[in-house]
Amino acid sequence: MLTEFSNGVELSKICNESNKKIWEIMIEREVENSQLDREAILNYMKENLNIMKNSIKKGLYEDVKSVSGLVGGDAKLIRERYENEKTVSGKRMNKAVASAVAVLEVNASMGQIVAAPTAGSSGILPAALVTVGEDFHISDDQLSKALFTASAIGYIITKNATVAGAEGGCQAETGAAAAMAASALVELLGGSPEQALDAAAMTIKNILGLVCDPLAGLVEVPCVKRNAIGVANAFICSDMALAGVKSVIPFDEVVEAMYKVGKSLPCELRETALGGLAATPTGIRIKKQIFSKK
Amino acid sequence: MKNFSAFDIIGPRMIGPSSSHTAGAARLGRVAAKIGGDDIQNVVFLLHGSFAQTYRGHGTDRALVAGILGMEPNDENLRMSMEIASEKGLNFEFIKTDLGDEHPNTVKIIMTNKVGEKTEVTGSSIGGGSIKITQINGLVVEFTGEYPTLVVRQIDQPGVIAKVTKILNEFEINVAFMRVFRHSKGQDAFMIIETDTVVSKEVICKIKDSGKEIIHIYSIKSI
Repeated sequence: MLTEFSNGVELSKICNESNKKIWEIMIEREVENSQLDREAILNYMKENLNIMKNSIKKGLYEDVKSVSGLVGGDAKLIRERYENEKTVSGKRMNKAVASAVAVLEVNASMGQIVAAPTAGSSGILPAALVTVGEDFHISDDQLSKALFTASAIGYIITKNATVAGAEGGCQAETGAAAAMAASALVELLGGSPEQALDAAAMTIKNILGLVCDPLAGLVEVPCVKRNAIGVANAFICSDMALAGVKSVIPFDEVVEAMYKVGKSLPCELRETALGGLAATPTGIRIKKQIFSKK
Repeated sequence: MKNFSAFDIIGPRMIGPSSSHTAGAARLGRVAAKIGGDDIQNVVFLLHGSFAQTYRGHGTDRALVAGILGMEPNDENLRMSMEIASEKGLNFEFIKTDLGDEHPNTVKIIMTNKVGEKTEVTGSSIGGGSIKITQINGLVVEFTGEYPTLVVRQIDQPGVIAKVTKILNEFEINVAFMRVFRHSKGQDAFMIIETDTVVSKEVICKIKDSGKEIIHIYSIKSI
């Protein structure tokens, strides 16, 4: 069976011809390309899911602080609010946002995470899947399969563009993570491969051009909050796709546009900590403080 | 181009905050320690480029020391590595430097063992936690550690390569990539052999005993 694909059109064709979901094709591709059997591959992904869950729990309930001291503790604040008060964007959305923040705070405090696709964007996919998994009572087995959907989308973006902030800006890094999360949610909730690709396309379209401008070059500010907006973006786009809303620009073309936009960003706005928020008076002051610390 | 696995995208499992500055640094330390051998007592890390700029905030220092102690990039003890190293009597020092025209995330690791032997390993963290070793004891080499790798230090003379590959053949180990590097004719040389399957201790002993032209052999399991 043919399982190799290099873009969304090819993936969609394989899915339609075999009447299979994206996650099924991705697992079959993995079996073909590795020396592991299906069960071992699924188990490995389940272990990844477990690490993701642990990182969410740690950030939501424990006191975490980054090495620089810049971030930590915000996930707890958001959790306390959604547990005790009515929220503007709803409990589920706040839970997802708190979870994304939690993972990034754990990451910044030198805790264990799973890069998805990078460490700087590692909060979005776990937050989306674990929140929906809990609220909808979905099994770990199903959630692990959705991680394969996400990996297929991430693979296409990596192959045809980039997921590195240093190369394509934040739109590439948290954009890829959010697109992966959106497509995973769509398949998890019964959507078609086309709908999953539409959700991924809309997610990237929404943050096209977003720059990578971390203070002092650290994966902290604004990365933590960009993960929060990333999971919110994934929620919105998966809902739109499941409702039948289509992306006017197809996924592959969006990925190409994102790559071109990324390459045309000046280097100040690609993880060099020389532009954007990093170059604000406060950003510069904080950088000086961190670097003068012994 | 590399054929990405699902686990290249959802992965690696790692201690944060940065795949290149933390996970990659731990891998560099781990590979260097394998080459430095047992009983490393003193380590100097010469940090170049972005490593020199941001090593503290990214925990690059802790990751490098963790690697020297043999920890994997996802070891929960990674952030305590300096304290653990001090308990074990391992001395370490970080020096910001300019190594010249190198990748921005490069470190030169100088290790000294109990009997005063020095080993120098230079490597770069090239993104996503992947690494590249570029120099051993001043000799330019190149390998990534993605495959099980044998680093053989030998005296440059005819027949040594044949001896080693013959043993690999006996054990049906397929060589994926192989390169030979040397200072100058008849002197110190390295063989870097990347294989498809893990090379057992038995094979390594056999290679070591195959002749006195083999000075050292180090086995680095894929990372």
